[in-house]
Amino acid sequence: MIAHLPILPLLIPMLGGLLMLLPPFNGNEKYQYRRVASLTLMLIQVACAIWLIQTVTQNGPLMYAVGDWQPPFGIILYADQLSAMLIALTSFLGLGVTLYSFAGTDREGKYYQPLIQFQLLGIYGAFLTNDLFNLFVFFEVLLIASYTLLIHGPGKQKTAANVHYVILNLIGSSLFLIALGTLYGTTGTLNITDMSQRITTLPEDQAIIAQAGGSLLLVVFGLKAAMLPLHFWLPRTYAAASAPVAALFAIMTKVGVYCIFRVYTVIFGEQAGDLANMVEPWVWPLAILSIAIGTIGALASPNLRTLAGNLVVVSIGTLLIAFALRTPEATAAGLLYLVHSTLITGALFLIADMIGKQRGKAFDRFVVARKIKQQSVLGILFFVAALSVAGLPPFSGFLGKLMVLQAAVVPAERVWVWSLILLSSLMTIIALSRAGTTLFWRYAPNSDPDETTNISNWQLSGTILLLVASPAIVIFGDGMVHYTNEAAMQLHDVNSVVEIMNLEEAP
Amino acid sequence: METLYVVCVGVMTFCGVFLCLRGRTFSVVVGLTMLSYAVNLFLFSSGRLNLNGAAILGMSESYADPLPQALVLTAIVIGFAMIAFVVILSIRARADLGNDLVDGRDPPDTDKLVKPIRSKL
Repeated sequence: MIAHLPILPLLIPMLGGLLMLLPPFNGNEKYQYRRVASLTLMLIQVACAIWLIQTVTQNGPLMYAVGDWQPPFGIILYADQLSAMLIALTSFLGLGVTLYSFAGTDREGKYYQPLIQFQLLGIYGAFLTNDLFNLFVFFEVLLIASYTLLIHGPGKQKTAANVHYVILNLIGSSLFLIALGTLYGTTGTLNITDMSQRITTLPEDQAIIAQAGGSLLLVVFGLKAAMLPLHFWLPRTYAAASAPVAALFAIMTKVGVYCIFRVYTVIFGEQAGDLANMVEPWVWPLAILSIAIGTIGALASPNLRTLAGNLVVVSIGTLLIAFALRTPEATAAGLLYLVHSTLITGALFLIADMIGKQRGKAFDRFVVARKIKQQSVLGILFFVAALSVAGLPPFSGFLGKLMVLQAAVVPAERVWVWSLILLSSLMTIIALSRAGTTLFWRYAPNSDPDETTNISNWQLSGTILLLVASPAIVIFGDGMVHYTNEAAMQLHDVNSVVEIMNLEEAP
Repeated sequence: METLYVVCVGVMTFCGVFLCLRGRTFSVVVGLTMLSYAVNLFLFSSGRLNLNGAAILGMSESYADPLPQALVLTAIVIGFAMIAFVVILSIRARADLGNDLVDGRDPPDTDKLVKPIRSKL
């Protein structure tokens, strides 16, 4: 059974999602059945992810040859500590989102729950695969699910945002294929580990072509990750999506960041000869600009959801800085920050939705509007999320940002990283306190909050589940830091992967 | 043969990119289709172009790389599904937004934006 463990995270959502399309789960009135099924599926996935983490920590990385076609020819699923951690993160976020959607989002259409499962399938697959073309396929799986989830439910605003999102991502997919063709044409393999071996021995005229292919891949991953200047789609798309979908999308940008970490550490990493660290000079300025523009966008946001969207861009910039430092310590810091930022920005989208539903027509815009009915509950939730995003102790943002700051050791790097991250944190505090004061304290005096409905317990439980992770990361900080360090070491240690896959005889 | 092939892929990519930059969904959809054709041809050529090569062992003297052919098949299927989706989405956008522009509204008329300022000066 343990030999087949790496493919379980793919099989559960795929079969579960298909099952929900069949009787007795299909049909508009059978939503209760689907709720039970999807909650069970999410719990199984979380359990499976924890099992995977445990196995990988104890026995080392797992390799799974699909159909028993051995590397470098077959498609390989490769679960190391990094993949296992991200799968656990995704399933946890999925659990929170599923709980939240029980409040009514899932009744807007009968395919909502299956689509969430297919979305999760694509994300897990992208984290697990060790084959570049298979990565493309899983990207398409998660994209087609995200296209439909984005347009799910009422609202013409969604259609306009979705048209942009779909067209951009289709162009991105074309670029991905061109990059894959270029890399396959030069190295003759699609296995990421095998490619890392072959890229070292390329003749010079071939190496330039491989460099072009590798740079194109950065554009593709940058588009997914919303790296500047490819971030314009993000705030509008996330603001248009329904709250649980936007929260789930918080992990989608991280898929792009994960691919940047994986591909440019393993294939174009330190051992790649002429092409070693080839994207690093590009990523530095783009990461810095992402933080700057994201912060300015956060200050200028007219509503809470756009603010959260811009904070996603800031978090991507911080992660890219952790990538650009190119040390295992910086990677470990980035991984910890990735876990924190995914959960907290996800929670922030949910909070924005709950606040909006109690403010009448103004929704989550920063204007004087009706008084929020459940001020204390929502206020505490918003306060915790805001402190955590801004990076104040005792929450996880503090730990994550501190580790990124400590990872910058070269003085020239230190100046940029420290000043930028600290300044952007200050600006984030200002933006969030402005948002909080307007939303909670400035309301029309004659408004009657009793007309609005209470937030449901499903919504509360989903949001609290995600928010509790923030202090939990700090309380179990020692274990988390230890784990991310090990995961980063594994990612940077390419030679051990080559041994696991038996690839050393490759010419 | 290589030159002809390269020119075909290049022209199709050019047309695809040009059409994708247009403002109306119809031309963008056609552009995306052309782009995916160009990509499929490009992917096919990554296994090198050679004539009379069999993809199955023991069937011929010279062999062609079978992997790009498999990749192209996958890419065609996925690309076709995505184009189908974007066509439906464009029709829905035409119904929801009342026009077939990608932005969902007319681009701002630059003449009108600039002229009042000029008259003040």
